[in-house]
Formats: sequence, structure tokens, C-alpha cells
Amino acid sequence: MKVAMRVNGEHRADEVESRLLLVQYLRDVLGLKATNIGCDTTSCGACTVLLDGESVKSCTVLAVQADGSAVVTAEGLRGDGDQMHPMQQAFNDHHGLQCGFCTPGMVMAAIGLVKESSDLDEEAVRHGLEGNLCRCTGYQNIVAAVLDAARRPGVTETS
Amino acid sequence: MIPAAFEYVRADSVDAAIAALTEHGDEAKLLAGGHSLLPLMKLRLAFPAVLVDIGRVSELNFVREEGDEIVVGALTRHSELARHDLVRQEAPLLARAASLIGDPQVRHRGTIGGSLAHGDPASDLPAVVLALGATLVAQGPDGRREIGADDMFQGFLETALDEDEMLTEIRLPRAAGRGWSYQKFTRRSQDWAIVAVAALIGDGGAPSVTLVNMGTKPMRARATEAALAAGSTAPEAAALAAQETEPPADLVASPEYRKHLATVLTRRALEEAASR
Amino acid sequence: MSLLGERVKRTEDRKFLTTGGTYVDDLPHEGALWVTYLRSTVAHARISSIDVSDARNALGVVDVITGDDIDLAPLPPDFGLYNDKMVRPWLPPTGGKVRYVGEPVVAILSETRAQAVDASELIVVDYDPLPAVVGVENAAKDESLLFEEAGTNLAFEMKGDSPPGDPTLFEGCDVVVRQRTVNQRVAPAPLETRACAVRWEGDHLTVWASTQAPHGVRDAYAKHFELEPEQIRVISPDVGGGFGAKISPYVEELLLPWLARRSGKPVRWAETRTESMLNLGHGRGQVQEVELGGTRDGKLLAYRLTVDQDCGAYCKVGGLMVFSTRMMATGVYDIPKAHYACRSWVTNTTPTVAYRGAGRPEAAAAIERAVDLFAAEAGLDPAEVRRLNFIAAFGEPHTTTMGTVYDTGDYPAALSLALDKADYAGLRAEQKRRRETNDSVALGIGLSVYVEVTGGAGAGEWAGVSVDDSGKVTVRTGTSPHGQGHNTAWAQIASSKLGVAMSDITVEHGDTDIIPMGGGTMGSRSLQHGGAAVAKVCDMLLEKAAGGPLQGLSADASVSASGPTFPFGAHVAIVEVDTETGMVKLRQLVAVDDAGKILNPTLADGQVHGGVAQGVAQALLEEFSYDADGNPLTSTLADYAFVTAAELPSVDRFMMETPTPNNELGAKGIGESGTIGSTPAVQNAVVDALAHLGVRHIDMPTTPEKVWREIQKARS
Repeated sequence: MKVAMRVNGEHRADEVESRLLLVQYLRDVLGLKATNIGCDTTSCGACTVLLDGESVKSCTVLAVQADGSAVVTAEGLRGDGDQMHPMQQAFNDHHGLQCGFCTPGMVMAAIGLVKESSDLDEEAVRHGLEGNLCRCTGYQNIVAAVLDAARRPGVTETS
Repeated sequence: MIPAAFEYVRADSVDAAIAALTEHGDEAKLLAGGHSLLPLMKLRLAFPAVLVDIGRVSELNFVREEGDEIVVGALTRHSELARHDLVRQEAPLLARAASLIGDPQVRHRGTIGGSLAHGDPASDLPAVVLALGATLVAQGPDGRREIGADDMFQGFLETALDEDEMLTEIRLPRAAGRGWSYQKFTRRSQDWAIVAVAALIGDGGAPSVTLVNMGTKPMRARATEAALAAGSTAPEAAALAAQETEPPADLVASPEYRKHLATVLTRRALEEAASR
Repeated sequence: MSLLGERVKRTEDRKFLTTGGTYVDDLPHEGALWVTYLRSTVAHARISSIDVSDARNALGVVDVITGDDIDLAPLPPDFGLYNDKMVRPWLPPTGGKVRYVGEPVVAILSETRAQAVDASELIVVDYDPLPAVVGVENAAKDESLLFEEAGTNLAFEMKGDSPPGDPTLFEGCDVVVRQRTVNQRVAPAPLETRACAVRWEGDHLTVWASTQAPHGVRDAYAKHFELEPEQIRVISPDVGGGFGAKISPYVEELLLPWLARRSGKPVRWAETRTESMLNLGHGRGQVQEVELGGTRDGKLLAYRLTVDQDCGAYCKVGGLMVFSTRMMATGVYDIPKAHYACRSWVTNTTPTVAYRGAGRPEAAAAIERAVDLFAAEAGLDPAEVRRLNFIAAFGEPHTTTMGTVYDTGDYPAALSLALDKADYAGLRAEQKRRRETNDSVALGIGLSVYVEVTGGAGAGEWAGVSVDDSGKVTVRTGTSPHGQGHNTAWAQIASSKLGVAMSDITVEHGDTDIIPMGGGTMGSRSLQHGGAAVAKVCDMLLEKAAGGPLQGLSADASVSASGPTFPFGAHVAIVEVDTETGMVKLRQLVAVDDAGKILNPTLADGQVHGGVAQGVAQALLEEFSYDADGNPLTSTLADYAFVTAAELPSVDRFMMETPTPNNELGAKGIGESGTIGSTPAVQNAVVDALAHLGVRHIDMPTTPEKVWREIQKARS
């Protein structure tokens, strides 16, 4: 099957097997390795990307289903100049990552969350991240980072 | 993590999807959001030879008013149900239940039609459309037919849909004035319900109480409904909620505990519904 | 300016946030064949036949290997203390046995990953099932044996001279409590599952491993393939969490060089989460008998702890966790008499290994639960019983009844601070109010005062520091961080010692060709050994420079600490229990933790938060379960109740700093304390909430149904 999509702003087109998952397309065909695979049951969220602006688990979307869509991964996030994206920076500021494996997916889920909710409190952030597992941080500093980032300018920009 | 190979067919319309289903028979499966089917395929617990992708059938992605009813297209995603003003106004029970499904990423992909067609007794929306007294519209090679929600769910993962039929819309009676509640009991918020109870009462309609994960299919708490109709109090009626249920035994709960939960959650649902 | 003790932000974050870390499976491994293992679907069986003929002919399949093909000597138990008859086949041959669900049976080599998964469906293995042994109590019956040649399922035993139930130990006690407690089996579940790749160049082997201890991995390959350590290079790139389960290599990884030799190509392997849940070692798995006696007014006189440890199917390190449980058995208390005995059993389940805390959480859970049982029985406040029996604050080494020598500690201060921060009196008043008004939501307050041992594993660490001509500093370390932030922490130390900006310091680790020796990262050892070594080598460098410029100088050394260290603390958990459903909500957790001098409070906070989350998860949610036939019931992350953000509150953390004299930095380990302190606090809180109903004990995890049943039992 032929698929064409915009990934991190770049047009990509490839011939793929119909069974290829979006996460495998990103990692193995495009070489974008930030997006990780942490489970096989749509549970952990390590593979979260933005698909047409919404957070999805790219392990549970076929590459062919994403044909014609826009995908944003952690590699596609930008801040001003050589700065990181405000969400990425907030994770650094609040020590919101340790081993880093859940991190790209967590950041994408967090951006998806702040895009959809204007008045987040701690409980809303905790529930908003229920689809993303982290084994290192106990989530505490991730929650702090997202609450802080939600107030930062440009946090919802992902183009 | 790698599904078995399959043939992929993309349908751009309801007619094209039905044509593909007719052509491939029981080898084919519809793919909407994919959040019931793809996880099974990745673990190689399902091996459809043909996947008919209806994700782009835009004619099925809508929410609109038609007279006394709210009509929801089968491809409407859970996240859309949860935030849609009309759904929140006229079927708040549905909006609330949709907001509790899985996690945000799952809600962005999963569709109401996919959830109902899968007919999992542990999932939220089948019991909710049952409580709402929805009419489900199916389309097949012989045209369109209406299925009452009470007739839709026939057994474990078994629905009234024929192999070459697909759900196209869900028609919901307006319920803006009615009291409602959705009580979902989980260990972790991303989990399936251990038990959940949907209640819709008041405003002249017959009281409706339905149960999630209390048997092989979503079901009504008939004794509770009858008791309410006969004027019983909420605690009296709730005590009957587990009658004639045969809930499953699994790692997280025994049948006995599920029955107990059903009565507690039903009482809470009725109390909350009465306060709305 | 010294950065010691400062909240320095992590320098390694940018990569993880932007391009992502580089984990083993992210590397290209050019030309490598994919290895996929077909795994046993039954817990205990003899293999009558394995038919791989169709798989051999499948598209892209290069080779299919069974135990019949393997000419390597079977693997002995990982430690000499075990029954040496309990040997493991690399892959079980025809006529041999499988001993747990998930055990690798066939290796498939293929050109792409998908081809092997497809081919694995074509393999037919016939199993003649045998009765499965699940749980230590069944193992002890010795009816069905995992290793007939051993004649028993007992893998290791430490006999006590005072058997469980013997009353003589408790002579003179007014109050004696006894309880069987289960410290349940849990899955470490790091987010990155295992992956490994190997490449031969002549007789030189390169291994890319997701490990906590690259040098230990090197030595394991050297042993099994009769190579000198210099012939092996182990590279541990970024590692996505370990928690003890990635210390020593597993059979799937150890077999790769043999497969690569046979195929003449490099090979790579990566497991799925389901495979990982069944094969990455599990943690905990103890059944304990606790007995505690004392006077009516609360003075503890005698304690006996008897442990049955689950090894799983093969003897890895899990069966020896009983040693650290023994070492820390009496915890923070001065108990005049104490006895300990343990037995470790093989069962038809996933082998157990070290998991965050590794034997100390089990010790803390036992004694802290016992103290609460005692307080309840004696009708005393659990805080008061603790105060009455603490080892008094000490700055000189203190030898416990178990013979363990603690370095420094102030347990009364830790409890006072925790009770003060939690408003203990206010909470008790709230609890009383709720009970008086028959509130269906009960309030529970749980205490845990813990001490644990860190830095015991591998005393000492290697560090190297060099300064180039431009003044840039490279620090090399034998520790192997996988989330702990050593790049930042070691640079903080070097910067403070050498007066060089952190931006001019690079930290290198995880490559045995660059780092000549190292103990890796485990047992909360890194700062007290690895960090202290960096500090010491910086001093050596300064001595060499003798006040002159550092440019061009280098120094390295293995630095030994004077002994292990004993971090401690007090946790207070506040829970609300819905008595109608049994659902427990953790409302608040106050954590006072003392890990000696803190190098970077931000990193220490992170360790405590993560540890607490895992500890709370064990108390409330997580358990790796099997049915009676040895079928796993929690083999995916959909079934296993891995804790999420939505189930946790933010921890109220308070730091104490009682330095240790055992290393230059005055530091104790902080990696595991959160897990050790929080678990009993939460469990005790759940029981405390229901004490007025007559509930005396609830085993972990305190799931809603279990709690509801205990309430029903107490009411009836």
C-alpha cells in the first residue's frame, strides 16, 4: 500500500505493508526513534503522537489509516530559536523525566491535553495523563511540569 | 505486536463498505477507530483476512437534531461525544460515559459505532444506549433497518448485526430534563469497568437502569426498573439490581462481589440521578 | 563555587526530550538477523516433540534452533548457595522440561522481525503436562518436583534455632501477636523492555545490552563462552529503567553469541511487553510468619520472622533476597531477642530477581505490620509503641540484635517530624469524628518507620578524570545510570572539586572499552561509591597539579567506602476507605527520608517520588498472579495494575540529613527508600481505617474486593 502523510511538517510517501503500525512506520521506515514502544496492549502511551492535532497511540493506528494526515512526534517540536518547545522545557525545569523512555510520548500526550483543556488543575492533569505510564518519576514532577507548561506561551503550537 | 498480514480495503462511503463486506463475507472485518480490533490483532487473537477501513466515511461522522431525537453518526468518536454541546445537553449520560472510556488517546480514536458493534459487556457505551432507549440504524445490502437497543445485544460479543451489515447511526430520544447518572467502578482510571451502572429517571419517562459487566451482555436491571415504576424508594429498588444476573469471575472481582457492587452503584446512581 | 547540595537541573534531558534517548533497539545493528523466541504456553510439562519443519521453510526464516541443537553445558544456578542440581537448559530439548509459562523453547532467526513472528505460528510443540507448582506452600509439599534430580523443591535454606510457633522465645511477654503475611510477587516493569544485539569480529565479541551493570554482563559472557574479558566489549546505551531486574543477563541474551556464531551474522533480539512480563525477573514473593511479643505497656521483647521465598522456576538472585531481609529484620527497633529463618523454593513461575529494595521492603513490611498488630492487640497508639522501642539516636556504629552494624541514625526525630507534618493529632480527631458519625468513608492513618541498607553490593567503584589541553574535563565512571542522572550529579562533584564549569564537563559510562571496571548501578550504591570515587579522583588530580594548571592531567582509581550505609525515614499514609465497596483512596503521603548528605535535592526528590509510587502500587494495586495451573493472569499491561498518575497524590516530602562517616560525601543511598517506607505505611493505613470494625490484617495488594471481604468478615 502507498501511504503519504505530513510528518513533522515534511511530506513523506512510502510503500508499506498494510499491517504496518504507524509507530513502526515512524521508527523503522522514517527512522524517527523518539517515539517508543512500551507495550502491546494500547496501555502505556510511550508511542503517543499527535495525529491531525490529537494525541493518539501510534501502536494502535495502522500506517495506512494515517494516510493523508499530519503527524507530529517529539522530533517535530520546536521552541523559539534553539529553545526547546515550552512543554519540553517545562519537563526539564521540573525534573519530569528520569530514564526518558516514556518521555516523548508523555510530552505529546501533555501537549494534546493542554490543547484541549484551558483550565487544568492537578486532578485534571493526573486524569489527562492516565493513558501514559511512567515507572521512574511517580508522575509527581510530570504533573508539575504540565501544570506549569500550560501557562507558558506557545505551548499548544506544534507546527 | 505484529498483526498477521491482511488485505486492506478503504471504503469511502457506506455503500462501498457494504459492497466490500458482501464481497468478502465472514473473512472481512470493519475497521473504524480500530481500538477494539487492532489490539486483538496485535496479540494474534484475531486474524481477519480483509479489513474494510470505514474511518473516512464522512457521512457517518455527525451529531444532529431530528425532531424528538438526537442522531449520532456511527463514526463519532468518544472524545467528540464527550464534548459535543448537543450531546451534553440532550444526552448527558452518553457524554459523561464517553468521557470515562479508556484514556484520552483511546477516546480520540474509538467510535460509538465500533463500540456498539463489538458489543463487549464490559464496555461503557452498550449499556448506556440501552439506558437511553436508543434506536440503532443498520445498513446492509438490502437497505436500512432499525434495531432497538434492547434487541441489539444478544450474547457475548454477539449483536443483532448481520455479517454484511454496518451500524450507521444511533438515534437517541431527547433526555435533557431527565435525571441521570453513570457510576463506573474501576481500580485504575484507565481500566475497563469492574461494574458500572447507568441510570435515567424522571420527567415522565419509564425509569431505566442498565448494567455493565454483569453478564455476557449489557443488560437492564429489570427488577430495579420494575420496583421504581411501582414506587419503591431508591435503596429498595437498588437492592434488587443484581437479580437475574450472572456476572463473570475474573482476577479483579468474583461474581458475588460484582453483585454487591451492582447494588451499591445502583443506589448511588439513583440518588445522583434524583438530584439532577 | 561549590555545587554540592544545590538543585542543579539535569544536563542530559535535552536529548531525551527532543530526539529521544538511544536505546538498544533504536540502533541500526547493520546486517543483523532478528532473533525471536517461541515460548512455552504451559507451566510444567515434558516436551514430547517439537516440529519446526514448516517454520524452517517460511519466508525470510534463516534458521530455527531448538534445545536439541545446542551443545552448550546447561546453566547452573546463578549462585553457589543454591541446590546445584537445579540446572537450567539453554532451551529445553525434546524429552526435557519446561518450567514456566513464557520460558523460551525455540529460537527463530529471520531477516525481518515480522517474518519470525509469522513463522512462529507454524511451529508445533507437544507438551505432556505435569502438575504445576504455584506458591511456596505448594512447593514445600514436594509432591510435584521441578527438578526430580534434586529430590526437593527447596533451593536454599537458612535454618533458625527457634521454629515458628515455639513459645519459649516469648517467655515473659504479656502480649504476643502472630500473623502470616504475604509480600506478593510484583513485576518490575521498566518502560523499556529487554533488547540485546551481538556481533563477532573474529574472536572479539561486541554486545549492546539494556543493563544496569555492563561489566557484570561482560563477565557473564566471558564465563559462558570461555573468553577473556578483554575479548568482549559491552555497550550499554541509554537504558529505559531497570529497578534491579536488569542487573544480570538472561538466557535469551546469553544465547545470542552462540546464535551469531552459528549463523555467521550479527544478531539482534527485542522482546514484546507480554514476553517481558513473563521473563524479566519478578520481585518480592515472600510468605512471612511474623511473631512479636512484649509487655502490656508496649515494650517489645522478642521477634521471630520466618520467611518462605519464591525463586520461580530457576535460581536467580531472587531466592537470596532473604539475606537482606534477615539483615534488616528488626528495623529501627531495639528488640532484645530476635530469630530469623528462611527457605527459598522453586515454583513453576517466572524466576524472581532483585526489585527496588530487594529484600529490605520485605523486612520493613514484616516488622512494621507486626508493630501495628502488637499495638492494636495491646490497645496502644502505634506511634507510642514505636517511640518506646526505637534505637536511640546514634552517631557511632550501632549493632542490632540481628548483628547488623548501622552507621548513623535518628529514628525518633524522623517520626516526630513526619507526625508533625501530617498533623497526626488532627487526623486522629478526624478519624474519631468519622467513626462517631458512622461515616461510610473510613479514615486510616498508617505509620512506617524504616531503616535500610544501601551500597552493600560491590564495595567501591572506579572513576577516571582527565583534563584536555583546552581545560575540558571528561569524567568516566563505573556506575551505569538508567534514569538516575549521574551525568549531572558527577559533573556537579567534579565542577565543585576542580572549579570547572559544568558545561565544560562530560561524563562517560556504559562502555567496557572506555571504562575498565565498574560495579554498575543497583542497591542505591551509585553516589556513595561512584560519586565518592569521582570526588576522590578529583582530589588526586588536584594533588598532581599541586596548585598549577590542570590541563593535560588525568587520574583514575578504584575507591572503596568504609562500609554500607543505612538510610532511614518515617512515612505517614492517610487513606480513605469506602466501606461499601472496599475501594481505597490514598489521600496523602508524608515522607520524611534521611539519606545523609544530599548532593542534588532535585534528583533525590525524583528518586523518592518514583520509589513511593512503586511502593504505594505494591500496597494498593500491583500483583503478578497465576492460576493454580501456573497460567499467568497478569501478563500484559492491560491486566497488570501498573499504577498511573490518576491513582496517586503528590507526595509531601521532607528531607533530613544525618551524614554517614563511611564515605567522603557523607551520602547514603536514596534510590530505594521510597519503596521501602511507603508500602507498610499504606498497608497499615488501610487496616487502621477498619480497625474499629474489628479488622486486624489485610494482605497486599489491598484490592477493593479483598478489603470488602475483610469488612464483611469482621462484621459477621
